[in-house]
Amino acid sequence: MAQIFHPSTNTISRVSLFSVLFLIALLLWLLAEFQRSSYITEANVEREQPVQFSHKHHVADDGIDCRYCHTSVETSAFAGIPPTKTCMNCHSQIFRDSPYLEPVRESFRTGKPVEWTRVHQLADFVYFDHSIHVNKGVGCATCHGRVDEMPLIRQVASLQMEWCLDCHREPELYLRPHDQVFDMAWQPPSDQLEQGSRLAKLYKIRSVEELTSCSTCHR
Amino acid sequence: MADQPKYNPLTASTFFDDGRSARPLVVGTVPRGSLAEDNLNVPKDADTFPVPVTRELLARGRERFNIYCSVCHGLLGDGNGMVPRRGFRQPPSYHIDRLREAPVGHFYDVITNSFGAMPDYAAQVPPRDRWAIIAYIRALQFSQHAPLAELPAEDRARLGAGGPR
Ligand code: HEC
Ligand code: HEC
Ligand code: HEC
Ligand code: HEC
Ligand code: HEC
Ligand code: HEC
Repeated sequence: MAQIFHPSTNTISRVSLFSVLFLIALLLWLLAEFQRSSYITEANVEREQPVQFSHKHHVADDGIDCRYCHTSVETSAFAGIPPTKTCMNCHSQIFRDSPYLEPVRESFRTGKPVEWTRVHQLADFVYFDHSIHVNKGVGCATCHGRVDEMPLIRQVASLQMEWCLDCHREPELYLRPHDQVFDMAWQPPSDQLEQGSRLAKLYKIRSVEELTSCSTCHR
Repeated sequence: MADQPKYNPLTASTFFDDGRSARPLVVGTVPRGSLAEDNLNVPKDADTFPVPVTRELLARGRERFNIYCSVCHGLLGDGNGMVPRRGFRQPPSYHIDRLREAPVGHFYDVITNSFGAMPDYAAQVPPRDRWAIIAYIRALQFSQHAPLAELPAEDRARLGAGGPR
C-alpha cells in the first residue's frame, strides 16, 4: 500500500504535539498571571472619596505623622480612620471656607460621619493585625508604598496570600529599626540581610513554620 | 466566607438609626479600665507629676510630642510649626516665663480640655502619654533655659570657646 503521509509529516506531527503542550502551559501561565493582575486584585485603583483628601499634602508637605490620624495602628489590629474631630483640629481655622471641605464641616455640624470608601479590603476569613507588624519593624511603606506621594490613596500590593507568605517566609529581607517604621523614604541598607537577621533576633520573630502555618492567618 | 455577616471596624450598620456600628459612649459612663488611671487626672494647679519621671517616659514623651504637638508648636516648642505657617493661629512659645512657671496641672488641662484656639487632644493622647509629653515639654524648657553653672564642664568649655553649639 502506498504511504499516505510523506515522511516529512513526522516532524510536523512531533512539532504539533509539543506545541499543544506548550499552548496548555502558556494558557495556565496566562491564567496565573491574570489571577495576580491588578484587574483581579484591584491594586492601583484610585477610589472616589467624599472628600479629596490628599496624603501627599498632609504627609509630605505638612509633615504630619501617620499616627496623628491613624491613632490605633500601634496598639490594635485596625489602623483607625480619623474621626471628623481630627480634621477639624486644623480645619476649624485653615481652609475653613474651602468648598472641598464642606462634607467635613457638615459632618461636624450634624454628627453624621464622613463615609470614606475602603481602599484595602481583605477577605473576612483572613486575620490581619497592624500592631504586631508595626511593633516588629515592618514599615508602613513596605506594604502601602509611598503614601506620601499619593494625592489619592491606592493599594500597591496584591494583598493575596502569596504576597503575605513571601514576607512571612523571609521577614529579615524587610525588617527595619523601630524608629524608621513611619519613615516613608527609608531604603534598605546594602547589608539588609545581615541587619534584618539581627533585628529578627532582637524582636524575637517566630520561626518560619509558625509564621506560615495556616492557622496564623486563618483562625 | 469572604464577606461574613459581622461588623468589621467602622462598617455601616442598618440596625442603628445613625448608621454607625461603632457606638459612641453613653453620656455619663466610665469606660472599663479608666478608673485605674483616675489618679492621673489632676486639678489645674497641681504641680507634681503623678507618675515617676524616668528616661523611658521622656523618650516616649518626645515621640508623642513630635507626632501630636510639633505640627503646631514646632519641634523645639517655639510655636513655629508647619500648621501656623499655613494660617493657623500662632501658639505661644513654651520658652516664656509664664509657661515656664505654669504648674504641670495647667499643661494637663490644656491637652485634656483644649485652650483658646487650641483643640483638645483627649481622644488622641491617652492620660499616661499626656504626662510623658508634659515631662518632655519640661525638658525642652530646661534645654533653652539651662543655667550655665549646671552645664557639664566640657560643654561650658565649648560655649566659652564659641564653638558649634
Ligand atoms: C491628616 C490625617 C491623616 C494622616 C496624617 C495620614 N492619614 Fe492615612 N488616611 C486618612 C484618611 C481620612 C483616610 C481615608 C480616606 C482615604 O482613603 O483617602 C486615610 C486612608 C489611609 C489608607 C487607606 C485605608 C483604606 O481605606 O484601605 C492608608 C493605607 C493610609 N491612610 C496610610 C497612611 C500612612 C502610611 C500615613 C503616614 C505616612 C497616613 N496614612 C497619614 C488620614 C490621614
Ligand atoms: C494637623 C493639621 C491638619 C489636619 C489634622 C488635617 N489637615 Fe487638611 N490640610 C492641612 C493643611 C496645612 C492643608 C494645606 C495643604 C497644603 O497646601 O500643603 C490642608 C489641606 C486640606 C485640603 C485641601 C483644601 C483646599 O481647599 O485645597 C483638604 C480637602 C483637607 N485638608 C482635608 C482634610 C481632612 C478630610 C482631614 C481629616 C482626616 C484633614 N484635612 C486633617 C492641615 C490639616
Ligand atoms: C504587613 C503589611 C502592612 C503594614 C506594615 C501596614 N499595613 Fe496598613 N493595611 C494592611 C492590610 C493587609 C490592610 C487591609 C486590612 C483589612 O482589610 O482588614 C491594611 C489597612 C490599612 C488601613 C485601613 C484601615 C484598616 O485597618 O483596615 C489603614 C488606615 C492603614 N492600613 C494604615 C497603615 C499605617 C499608618 C501603617 C504604618 C504604621 C500600616 N498601615 C502598616 C497591611 C499593612
Ligand atoms: C513585609 C513583611 C510582612 C508582610 C507583607 C506580612 N507580614 Fe504578617 N508578620 C510579619 C512579621 C515580621 C510578623 C511578626 C512575627 C513574630 O512576631 O513572630 C508577622 C506576624 C503576623 C501575624 C501574627 C499575629 C499574631 O498575633 O500572632 C499574622 C496573623 C499576620 N502576620 C498576618 C499577615 C497577613 C494576613 C498578611 C497579608 C495580608 C501579612 N501578615 C503580611 C511580616 C509580614
Ligand atoms: C500569612 C498569612 C496566611 C497564611 C499563613 C495562610 N494564608 Fe491562606 N490566605 C491568606 C490571604 C491574605 C488570603 C486571601 C487571598 C485573596 O483574597 O486573594 C488567603 C486565602 C486562602 C484561601 C482562599 C483562596 C480563594 O481564592 O478564595 C484558601 C483556601 C487558603 N488561603 C488556604 C490556606 C492554607 C491551606 C494555608 C496553610 C497551608 C494558608 N492558607 C495559610 C493568608 C494566609
Ligand atoms: C492645631 C494646632 C495645635 C496643636 C496640634 C497643638 N496645639 Fe497647643 N496651642 C495651639 C494654639 C493656637 C495655642 C494658643 C491658644 C490660644 O492662646 O488661644 C496653643 C497653646 C498651648 C499651650 C499654652 C497654653 C497657655 O497657657 O498659653 C500649651 C501648654 C499647649 N498648647 C500644649 C500643647 C500640647 C501638649 C500639644 C500636643 C498634645 C499641643 N499643644 C498641640 C495650637 C496647637
